[in-house]
Amino acid sequence: MAGSEVKVLGTWASPFALRVHIALGIKSVKYEWVEENLEAKSQLLLESNPINKQVPVLIHHHKPICESLAILQYIDEAWPSAPSILPSDPYHRAVARFWAAYIDHKWFTWLKGVASAEGAEAKKAALDQVREGLVVVEEAFGKCSKGKDFFSGDRIGYLDIVLGCFLGWLYVAEKRNDVKLLDEEKMPGLAAWAIKFCLEGAVKDVMPDKDELLDYANMVFQAMAKAKAKLNAPPNN
Amino acid sequence: MGEEVKLFRTWSSSFALRIVWALKIKGIEYETVFEDLSNKSPLLLQYNPVHKKVPILVHNGKPIAESFVILEYIDETWKQAPLLLEDPYERAKARFWAKFGDDKVLTSVWNVFIKQGKEQEEALVAATENLKFLEEEMKGKKFFGGERIGYVDLALGFLANLISIFEEIIGLKIVDEEKFPSLYSWMQDFAEAPIIRDNWPPRDKMIVKFQALLDATIASSSSSSK
Repeated sequence: MAGSEVKVLGTWASPFALRVHIALGIKSVKYEWVEENLEAKSQLLLESNPINKQVPVLIHHHKPICESLAILQYIDEAWPSAPSILPSDPYHRAVARFWAAYIDHKWFTWLKGVASAEGAEAKKAALDQVREGLVVVEEAFGKCSKGKDFFSGDRIGYLDIVLGCFLGWLYVAEKRNDVKLLDEEKMPGLAAWAIKFCLEGAVKDVMPDKDELLDYANMVFQAMAKAKAKLNAPPNN
Repeated sequence: MGEEVKLFRTWSSSFALRIVWALKIKGIEYETVFEDLSNKSPLLLQYNPVHKKVPILVHNGKPIAESFVILEYIDETWKQAPLLLEDPYERAKARFWAKFGDDKVLTSVWNVFIKQGKEQEEALVAATENLKFLEEEMKGKKFFGGERIGYVDLALGFLANLISIFEEIIGLKIVDEEKFPSLYSWMQDFAEAPIIRDNWPPRDKMIVKFQALLDATIASSSSSSK
């Protein structure tokens, strides 16, 4: 069975696992998806990623590959026939990798910062930072896409996947904080790109429903708030 | 047409050193532009407007920033003395270890150096955990890349010298030869490799720099604590 050769350990809500879904879809690779419970990680996950114990993990011919960006590049190299995920030119590859690093190390950190910011002022500052980051990426989009639909041109590629996987969680942040982050006026390129990305074949069947994600996020944050309140409550309560 | 390769760096940046080593291993001719980060040049700001940091490689006028991005660019552009192996699985492993090095090892080792008291103890526990993983990975190999220095060696290479500098300044052992025999001998082999040895910033200057950093950190934390 070709399908059992390729396994993905992930969770439906993980944007990083979504990257792997999309990339394998682009390559038309059949795979088995293993939905992990992060509260009770499987033996397979703990053995496949003993260092970080995180999803996603791609298992190919029984060999585990960890870290979503490493997985994306692995998929491109292990299934080298078109369509390709990374550009072929070394300089364009470097540009794509540079922006992937920016999105993961800077922008996503800021997005997470929105959830952990406490108080109205801190929340506003965190949201502003996310928006400013998108303005920077808007400029990158202009340069990379050169007037086409996607960062990679006519079809989605590395950078589209790297940023696109966060669209659901961006929606969650917008709804939970009652703000617009992906603003059609400030970031017209990205706003149009986001719509097209979600309609792409390799994306639309695997992207989690954003309202389901919102419900899930609300539940998780509510549980976290309850746990925190319990911790901060005076004794003998 | 001649190749024009420029490297913007500082004298001490471990990230920039990765690029120096890669260029030397491949025998690529290049020009060094030393930056003073307290007074960044207009060119630096033009070439890396997003982060305003070094290293930056400029190849025929096109700038590339972020050390791992630069390493992969160098490996894809100049095919001699490859840094990454051909096999996709080996490449994925290398990328994983490089990321682990920066995200976990560097962070925890830095915390051992810069923190005090209980925080330092906790940092040492974390660093030891991370170093154990490296020790496992190193077993039976001369370099992470095998017989030759490769991508992961360049990524983690800063450890080979910086750790001994930290140990000297704080008087604490981070990589104990008995606890981490493979890692320890890798650090020796790597530091003594001619290209690495000849391209390491002067040790006494490094000690002065990091001692000053530590002193400044202690001073600011004691002035801010009540």
